[in-house]
Amino acid sequence: MENILEVKDLRVSYHTYAGEVQSVRGVSFNVERGEALAIVGESGCGKSVTVRAVMGLIKGPTGEVKPGSSILYNGEEILNYNKKQWSAYRGAEAAIIFQDALTALNPTMTVGKQIAENLIIHKNLNKQEALAEATEMLRVVGIPEPEKRVKQYPHEFSGGMRQRVMIAIAFACDPKLLIADEPTTALDVTIQAQILDVISDLQKQHGTSVILITHDLGVVANIAKHIVVMYSGMIIEKGLCEEIFYQPKHPYTWSLLNAVPRLDLENKQDLVAIEGTPPDLIAPPKGCPFSTRCKYCMNICNERMPEFTSFGGEHKAACWLHHPMAANSIKESGLEFPFELGGVENE
Amino acid sequence: MSEKPVVLEVSHLKKYFKAGANAVLKAVDDVTFNIHEGETLGLVGESGCGKTTCGRTCIALYDKTDGMVKYKGQDVHTLKGKELKAFRKDAQMIFQDPYASLNPRMTVADIIAEGIDIHGLAANHKERTEKVYHYLDLVGLNKEHANRFVHEFSGGQRQRIGIARALAVEPKFIMCDEPISALDVSIQAQIVNLLIRLQKDMGLTYLFVAHDLSMVKHISDRIAVMYLGVVAELTTSAELYDHPLHPYTQALLSAIPIPDPEIERKRSANRIKLEGDVPSPINPPAGCRFKGRCKYATELCDKQVPELKEVSPGHFVACHLY
Ligand SMILES: Nc1ncnc2c1ncn2[C@@H]1O[C@H](COP(=O)(O)OP(=O)(O)OP(=O)(O)O)[C@@H](O)[C@H]1O
Ligand SMILES: Nc1ncnc2c1ncn2[C@@H]1O[C@H](COP(=O)(O)OP(=O)(O)OP(=O)(O)O)[C@@H](O)[C@H]1O
Ligand code: SF4
Ligand SMILES: [Mg+2]
Ligand SMILES: [Mg+2]
Repeated sequence: MENILEVKDLRVSYHTYAGEVQSVRGVSFNVERGEALAIVGESGCGKSVTVRAVMGLIKGPTGEVKPGSSILYNGEEILNYNKKQWSAYRGAEAAIIFQDALTALNPTMTVGKQIAENLIIHKNLNKQEALAEATEMLRVVGIPEPEKRVKQYPHEFSGGMRQRVMIAIAFACDPKLLIADEPTTALDVTIQAQILDVISDLQKQHGTSVILITHDLGVVANIAKHIVVMYSGMIIEKGLCEEIFYQPKHPYTWSLLNAVPRLDLENKQDLVAIEGTPPDLIAPPKGCPFSTRCKYCMNICNERMPEFTSFGGEHKAACWLHHPMAANSIKESGLEFPFELGGVENE
Repeated sequence: MSEKPVVLEVSHLKKYFKAGANAVLKAVDDVTFNIHEGETLGLVGESGCGKTTCGRTCIALYDKTDGMVKYKGQDVHTLKGKELKAFRKDAQMIFQDPYASLNPRMTVADIIAEGIDIHGLAANHKERTEKVYHYLDLVGLNKEHANRFVHEFSGGQRQRIGIARALAVEPKFIMCDEPISALDVSIQAQIVNLLIRLQKDMGLTYLFVAHDLSMVKHISDRIAVMYLGVVAELTTSAELYDHPLHPYTQALLSAIPIPDPEIERKRSANRIKLEGDVPSPINPPAGCRFKGRCKYATELCDKQVPELKEVSPGHFVACHLY
């Protein structure tokens, strides 16, 4: 299948007083046209910075997309875009829904005007047409009494309704690529289910390609075709949704899946906790980024970054355990593993 | 569980706030439950439904508007002097926000020892220091952390400091107000495991407030589901999961995503969808507060408030369907 987006070796740093924060350290993934890709990982691992780079929102002087990074949109290098090209791309081609709808919306403008703004710029509608379209969009995302609501301000909306407004703004110009950066993290579960339904319905109707960011794997189980697991600015595992859930190959992915209590699990059992905290991105470890917290860590893990091992198809994980040379040392260790070791021969 | 003595007895508790000149915000409006010794009672519900207010009123951080809270038989809102001080030592709280709830200008040792000093639990400086080290160790931190300041710690570590502070006065009862909501999934498990272990070792009783039903189910013996200031359903956590009765509980359980694509695919077809938002507690709907979002609502639900009824042993529900 054809890719709408190809991210290759993306590196992004922020230059701060404390030093260079290497927020994204060589990330590569593709988004298939019309499909949803999920990026999963804990706070600070670089999810937002990655998609901000895709939207052209890494701003100097502190932010820097490192030379050698590449982002192809429909085969075209967008990192070389000028200002005019970026603004044509944003809104019409690619749109983003931010995590915090309250700060992303303009408090001094009615929600109708905020939706209409993009329609006027990108679709050449006049003011009246745009407002009518905005009302229709509010109806589509499930806001009751849209004729009345379109004239109201963001503070008159609840958290869930504001997030719907954000979705309406993002979908107004019918973007080909929609990025949703934790669209439901601040919301209650019942509202979260509503919002995810709206996004997934719109995606199916319009054939939109979606990047969905979350730290909750449960959220993406039914939406994403592909999943990318990030840790400390890098991708440590990626593959089809089923592969990640049923055959996780990286100790971090496996722990993440087992750190949340399942409703069908016995009460008060020990959960699989991951001890420690993620590494500092100003001085990331030279070896495997997970080595400080991994209970299977070997000598090599502290010394050298593991490369990706392939498990067939697109399923890949970066962990030394799967390296053929590790087999002996693992046997000696006598450790037991919750997953099968070793990859397939390089295709 | 029920053979154990009741530690906290909450009956028809109400807590209203003034909201502007003439309006009253009914944050907690007739809540009844008991907590037994060594038990964890989970309190769940959507944001703004009154969980924090209820918990804080239970440990007398807020005055009550009406009803009664008894701790070991004593009305907590009439305690004074020595008795109040003893209650303040017995009943502790762990806060939702590990960033805002610890004083940034105090060392970790002073934060933990504050209660030890107030209640005179250490005879001398040496004993005080030993106690601080003991509690640091208990929550998985170490001596070296004692003289540092809070900003040097991660969210999970700060939550551990908050737990050590609460434990340092040797409490019997802890109200945990969303102690893990602000933390990453990988850290949440650390804290939940710790809370469960401490409970087993020290016989603590918990009121565990959260909006994440899967974590609450995991840690709780019984669960009270709140909706807009009232208890909708109350039963053991296994029963709540296997036989949810209140339409709101059913919707809440159905909305929780399960990290398993095949199960999710099947569930999503039959998902119970809740329309709309939680109404305002300033003018809560008459009759059943859930009626505006409930697909079973009848005329009766419009007119009459459903009472919390025991429909099978230990299973309480406030809904006209039962
Ligand atoms: N403007 C900035 N200046 C300096 N550092 C930044 C900036 N934005 C992000 N960072 C750093 O880059 C790293 C990655 O941040 P990012 O926001 O991408 O994390 P995230 O995975 O989206 O986390 P969360 O789940 O908390 O949203 C973090 O260490 C963060 O502190
Ligand atoms: N000190 C206060 N003064 C006035 N109103 C208050 C006060 N504290 C809480 N409220 C209101 O009471 C209601 C219940 O709030 P509470 O904080 O108890 O909810 P909660 O269930 O803990 O929500 P969350 O999950 O968001 O923490 C809300 O409408 C809130 O705005
Ligand atoms: S490379 Fe080593 S430290 Fe990293 S996850 Fe694999 S076993 Fe653990
Ligand atoms: Mg983010
Ligand atoms: Mg609260």
